[in-house]
Amino acid sequence: MRDVAVVAFTQAPSVRRDLDRNEVEILIPVIHELKQKTGLKNEDVDFVCSGSSDYLAGQAFAFVSGLDAVGAWPPVCESHVEMDGAWALYEAWVKIQMGYAQVALVYGFGKPSMGDLPITMALQLDPYVLTPLWPDAISLAALQARICLEKGVCTERDMAERAVRDRKNAKDNPFAQVKGDFTVDGILKDPFVVSPLRKHDCAPISDGASAVILAAGDRAKELCKRPAWIRGFEHICEPLDLGVRDLTRSRSTEIAADRAGVGKKKIDVAELSAPFTHQEILIERALGLDDGTRINPSGGALAANPLMAVGLSRIGEAASRIWDGSANRAVAHATSGPCLQQNLVCVLEGD
Amino acid sequence: MAELTAVIGIGQTKHAAKRIDVSMAGLIREAAERALADAECTWADIDAVVIGKAPDMFEGVMMPELFLNDAVGGAYKPMLRVHTAGSVGGSTGIVAASLVQAGIHDRVLCVAFEKQSESNATWALSISMPFSVATVVGAGGYFAPLIRGYIRRSGCPEEIGIQVAVKDRLNALKNPYAHLQLADITPQMVRDSPMLWDPIRYLETCPSSDGACAMVMAKESIAKRASKPVAWIHATEMRSEPTMFSGRDQVMPRATLDNAKSLYEKAGITNPRKEIDCAEIYVPFSWYEPMWMEGMLISDTNQGWKMTESGATALDGDFPVNMSGGVLSSNPIGASGLLRFAEAALQVRGMAGEHQVDGAKKALGHAYGGGSQYFSTWIVGSEKP
Amino acid sequence: MSDKKPEEKEGPVQVLQTPVRLEYVFSAGQSASRLLGAMAKGKLLGQRCPVDGRVYFPSRGSCPQHGVPLDGAPVELADKGTVATYSIVRIPIEKVPLELPYVTVQVVLDGADTVLMHLLKCDVDKVHMGMRVQAKWKPREEWTSSVENILYFEPIDEPDAPYDSFKEHI
Repeated sequence: MRDVAVVAFTQAPSVRRDLDRNEVEILIPVIHELKQKTGLKNEDVDFVCSGSSDYLAGQAFAFVSGLDAVGAWPPVCESHVEMDGAWALYEAWVKIQMGYAQVALVYGFGKPSMGDLPITMALQLDPYVLTPLWPDAISLAALQARICLEKGVCTERDMAERAVRDRKNAKDNPFAQVKGDFTVDGILKDPFVVSPLRKHDCAPISDGASAVILAAGDRAKELCKRPAWIRGFEHICEPLDLGVRDLTRSRSTEIAADRAGVGKKKIDVAELSAPFTHQEILIERALGLDDGTRINPSGGALAANPLMAVGLSRIGEAASRIWDGSANRAVAHATSGPCLQQNLVCVLEGD
Repeated sequence: MAELTAVIGIGQTKHAAKRIDVSMAGLIREAAERALADAECTWADIDAVVIGKAPDMFEGVMMPELFLNDAVGGAYKPMLRVHTAGSVGGSTGIVAASLVQAGIHDRVLCVAFEKQSESNATWALSISMPFSVATVVGAGGYFAPLIRGYIRRSGCPEEIGIQVAVKDRLNALKNPYAHLQLADITPQMVRDSPMLWDPIRYLETCPSSDGACAMVMAKESIAKRASKPVAWIHATEMRSEPTMFSGRDQVMPRATLDNAKSLYEKAGITNPRKEIDCAEIYVPFSWYEPMWMEGMLISDTNQGWKMTESGATALDGDFPVNMSGGVLSSNPIGASGLLRFAEAALQVRGMAGEHQVDGAKKALGHAYGGGSQYFSTWIVGSEKP
Repeated sequence: MSDKKPEEKEGPVQVLQTPVRLEYVFSAGQSASRLLGAMAKGKLLGQRCPVDGRVYFPSRGSCPQHGVPLDGAPVELADKGTVATYSIVRIPIEKVPLELPYVTVQVVLDGADTVLMHLLKCDVDKVHMGMRVQAKWKPREEWTSSVENILYFEPIDEPDAPYDSFKEHI
């Protein structure tokens, strides 16, 4: 495998509803800042890859406008996944591995505030037998949380602890949306949104975007003092049907973590993209994290959840901890699909 | 640096306006199982799955690969979903190939599909946004003014569009998977068909189809052991440019020219017209055959129509184009690009049946999409590069 | 009444219908907001690319070629222009205020450096590249902050623009 590193990361502040700007207008400054930070021009970038969703955008081919933000001229080598930008980064990493590219620009963007997100997500289900029942995304997660509680996998208090931790960490993150000092006892007094989930158990709805530069070998060293080298990278998908999965663990994350070598050495920092508190617990366990790991220094997805960018941002945030020297080894996680169906794990290391 | 990679299995569905006999899962399994059988391997041999299709709104399912995961044998495996507008089928093949070329996986299955009958594609393409004027319905409305631009520049006679429409439908008669089977097609019939978006007539446009295409790619050591001929991947290339900017050449975008140049360079081709034996090109409106002959640098600028006129692009011509019947005969949008790539591979494997070009050794597969702004292409050969 | 069980009577279920209704609230964005605000006053505002000075109409907030925001002072454009290319459409579409067949055009407005997709009301046999056209506005009292204030374009009595003057916009 070639040495490939995350060398730069920018993001838009996550906000509940960016009424003023359309998706491209959110994305333009993010990509502009990334180019400025690295001094890269379009001709220095060999491959561009993005992640977004037409259904979030409410129109077909919505990703095409992302090219306007890139300023894709002269024409660029470019691809797009209808997935979180973390998977776009995976595709870019593959292109660098095969020698097609040295430097890649990756971005993800989403503006879920435009539609009714929980209902839109029901369109991800089996269209013949599930979607016609319109189960919303929060209710499905609540079913999973209920199983976890009943089987003793976690308690409501464990869940609330994650919310308190992430919101506290997010105080240091100017791009986060939900932040502040809360107490477990305090938030456990809040009413249920969908039992057993309270508001603090659910990630916010966020508009946002993020972008990353990946570079190989010496190029990475030129662009970054302390590159965050990708030492393990895997993603695994489970079947969608909730009835055939063990919802009290994240089997796909376990497999991905094993193949990415997460457990080989101590992990200093983990950035998780789980959109519900009980799912964050399942991911922590699937990754084998313990007290020695600082989890979600940025606040994670529970503090800012710009869909299609949130996973990519986890990789950017984890890399940032390598760059600033506060971590030697970090893991980033991204997810997609109902109840943690599809998961990606990326292990980053400093020199 | 890249691992040598080959196509070892190809499968496709019977393409039709409505495949109500199968669900989406049934449709992709029809193609995938044929590809696995051709590759002489089982689901368990597949390391990763890449799925491609055009906008989710075409079926009304958001990220349908999620519910299709187990149907494509993707359970507890890596799965990627590609979407690059009309070129997506081609891009899907390229991503799958990359996973092997990068040395990450040994065998990768890619499947591209569209089941347009499950929603309304023309509607999905024409959602009117509050900030632009609704002027036309369908892709033809977008491309007709560009085709007129080509005709103005090149002096291409009206007959050319008709000639391509007839040629591709005659080729489709040799392809049992093709959607349109118009045994009685004649130039007069095309000429008499309704003018939809002048200068595009009804019979000069592609149909709307349900269909899927699948391929298995494998690394060299596996491909070498295959009992059937394989198609070695000589080069892949992609280019994209914005939809609109001041002075953009929409008829002959720079992205296609850059893409072609780079593709041939990587494949070691200096004279594409001579060195490539046949090409399967994305031609959704008949006029795009001459346009992309120029766009792929196979013909000189403004001369592409002369290839059609002289019969060079016919199945028995010196540069056969769209042997399968092309997009004009089957158009499951998301799969259309992969079908082009697959036909190129079938040709160099000598497995194209009645539409086989004798002795085809090197073939071009091509897809484009968006406002003539996304291009994905590959060159495959019967011999290793 | 039949004794048959339902499945024998009905055969396999091949098709089911699931109506999907999703509502979205789109943000015009900063650039389109300016444009739409000006439309309400009957003005056409273009925006200049800070890199090459070319004027975009309609502007989507950025220069796609250079990837920079178009945030400079807007440029007011004439509601007259030249037909760069066109198509005659014989498939009906909702909301188009013209009878079939009708003409769609790519118009280069005077003072703009991009094409605008719009409708042209004219004898379909007369439309041609280089034709000079002008916007037909709705009655002033019906103006809103909408692009639909312009119903369509109409031919005007001016000599054709030479091909070379607009060929780069095709």
